[in-house]
Amino acid sequence: MIKYGDELGVSVADAVTISARNVVKAFGQGAGTVRALDDVSVDIRQGEFFTLLGPSGCGKTTLLRLIAGFEMPTDGTILLDGADITTLPPNRRPVNTVFQSYALFPHLTVAQNIAFGLEMLGKPAAEVKARTAQMLALVKLEAMAGRKTSQLSGGQQQRVALARALAPQPKVLLLDEPLSALDLKLRKEMQIELKRLQTETGITFVFVTHDQEEALTMSDRIAVMSAGKIQQVGTAKEIYIHPRNRFVASFIGETNFLTGTAEEGALRLATGERIEVPGLKAGGHATVIVRPEQLRLGPAAEGVLRAKVGSLVYFGTDTHCHLALADGTELVARLQNPASGEAGLGEGQEVGIRFAEGAVQRVED
Amino acid sequence: MSPAEQNAVRQSARNGWLLSVPALLVLALAASGPLLIVVYYSFLTANDTGGVIRQFSLEGWRGIFLTYDIFDEEYRLADAHLTIFWRSVWLSLTTTLVTFAVGFPTAWFIATRPAQQRAMWLFLITIPFWTNLLIRTFAINEVIRNEGILNTALIWLGVIDRPLQIVYTETAVLIGMAYVYLPLMVLPLYATIERFDMRLLEASYDLYASRWRTLRRVILPIVKPGIIAGSILVFVPSLGAYVTPRVLGGGKKMMIGNFIELQFLQGKNWPLGAALSVTLLIIVMGALLIYVRVANRDRSSDHG
Repeated sequence: MIKYGDELGVSVADAVTISARNVVKAFGQGAGTVRALDDVSVDIRQGEFFTLLGPSGCGKTTLLRLIAGFEMPTDGTILLDGADITTLPPNRRPVNTVFQSYALFPHLTVAQNIAFGLEMLGKPAAEVKARTAQMLALVKLEAMAGRKTSQLSGGQQQRVALARALAPQPKVLLLDEPLSALDLKLRKEMQIELKRLQTETGITFVFVTHDQEEALTMSDRIAVMSAGKIQQVGTAKEIYIHPRNRFVASFIGETNFLTGTAEEGALRLATGERIEVPGLKAGGHATVIVRPEQLRLGPAAEGVLRAKVGSLVYFGTDTHCHLALADGTELVARLQNPASGEAGLGEGQEVGIRFAEGAVQRVED
Repeated sequence: MSPAEQNAVRQSARNGWLLSVPALLVLALAASGPLLIVVYYSFLTANDTGGVIRQFSLEGWRGIFLTYDIFDEEYRLADAHLTIFWRSVWLSLTTTLVTFAVGFPTAWFIATRPAQQRAMWLFLITIPFWTNLLIRTFAINEVIRNEGILNTALIWLGVIDRPLQIVYTETAVLIGMAYVYLPLMVLPLYATIERFDMRLLEASYDLYASRWRTLRRVILPIVKPGIIAGSILVFVPSLGAYVTPRVLGGGKKMMIGNFIELQFLQGKNWPLGAALSVTLLIIVMGALLIYVRVANRDRSSDHG
């Protein structure tokens, strides 16, 4: 079904729903031009929970708005099921949006809000009614059908916004930081709820967030964005374990960076110490990462690196141990606390650091 | 609450009442007083040299609908009066519609400008208000009269070869009133559109609504309070308009206001004039009641 799959390096078995190709979006003119999106290409597969993750201003919302049709790209094309929808207005795209502000119609009831899209599509009254009832049940708001949206709590408004966007059975549901206005407990509940809705409806979800934890727990695949470009696309595991560059490594989870001179299969630090990095080629400068939970501390003589313990921060399940190498480079080790209490380290103590197998990864700068 | 506290609260409420006495006095003397006098005069007998004779009579009220035919010596339906009433209501409704049709895009335009520009646009809209009504009406006359700017320009452009007769027609009155009352429509519309959440437009487009249906199903229902306020502010003074129909209607296309003036001055029939004034008041109140009720019915039906 997808003919361009090969040239983009996508397996043909994975049907692509949304495909952005070389998309550029520039705002402003002349010298003040800002490239919100700079040559972005990405394929979103049918039925997946796809997350656009990045700090504010990285272009993730712009990409979402281009898919929705609220903005037109300066350059490039957007395909939906292989058809070019780049210039199609939003009301003619089978794509619906859950807005960050919810944007519920204040003059309509909950049921009327949900029915709005179906009515605009010209569905027969009986179908509109049945589908609205079905949607109310899906988001568990049957009792609120006749209420004005202003009478609902934040979480309920969120569910109305979801039901309203899902009711017309779009090919793709776009969610623009939908959970950011909710408190922590409600956000956790809605994360599970969203995942359930996505599984039940089988609709492709494109989810925008700046919250890495949200992205890691909910997504099938994540695109990490920064400065108008997609830095890396992959599953939560791929991105966490094999970040491609410094940005991705630092944005997803906590990371220790070590820089030095590349040797054959190893990195030589400024302290003169040597860390084995399988596959590293000799020559030039290189950066490697190690996640804090992959550091093992032991007697000073036994480690790969020698360090001095700075501060120890107790977090209940684990203790964060701040370490300093001889040249002042700071590292953090996350040590699981034993049942007896703390890790048994003292500030100022000399320790030896070892790394878990395969934990040291080279990243691009 | 202790009895002492209750007393204190009661005391302050009483003092609050006292504070409103000046306002109540003004209302009684300046609003209700003259109105009561007008109602009283409408039930008295006309004095042929002006003023009233203090003698009860229903002639004033009868005169609204009936005229005495001196040849046939019988009462006839005063169809000329009814024409004036009808014209007043019709012209006022049309004026309201025209100001809405022009005012809504204007208010939308202003409300969608950057915040720091809006004050300037509002200022421009209200500038004509600072000029005397009579002068503005003569200015309109200057534009639309037979040798006026509009006709001269159209003839020069070759669009027409004889001047359009606009002045001294109902159209002239309509143009004049729409011009004069436009700010009264724009301002309340602006106030509601300014509060309108523009993100709802994207939500509407996203849910397959065209621009037209977004206007009808989302924008208009939400800015309805502004439409109601603007319509009342335009309709009420239009119905009682006096200067505009006098200058632009040339005395031929009379409205109720001119007709009332006629009774008090040339007609020397103060009871009829007073009865007409009360009738105008009743029409306005009736129209408002119907309008507000219809508007509220729509609102309650939204609850499903």
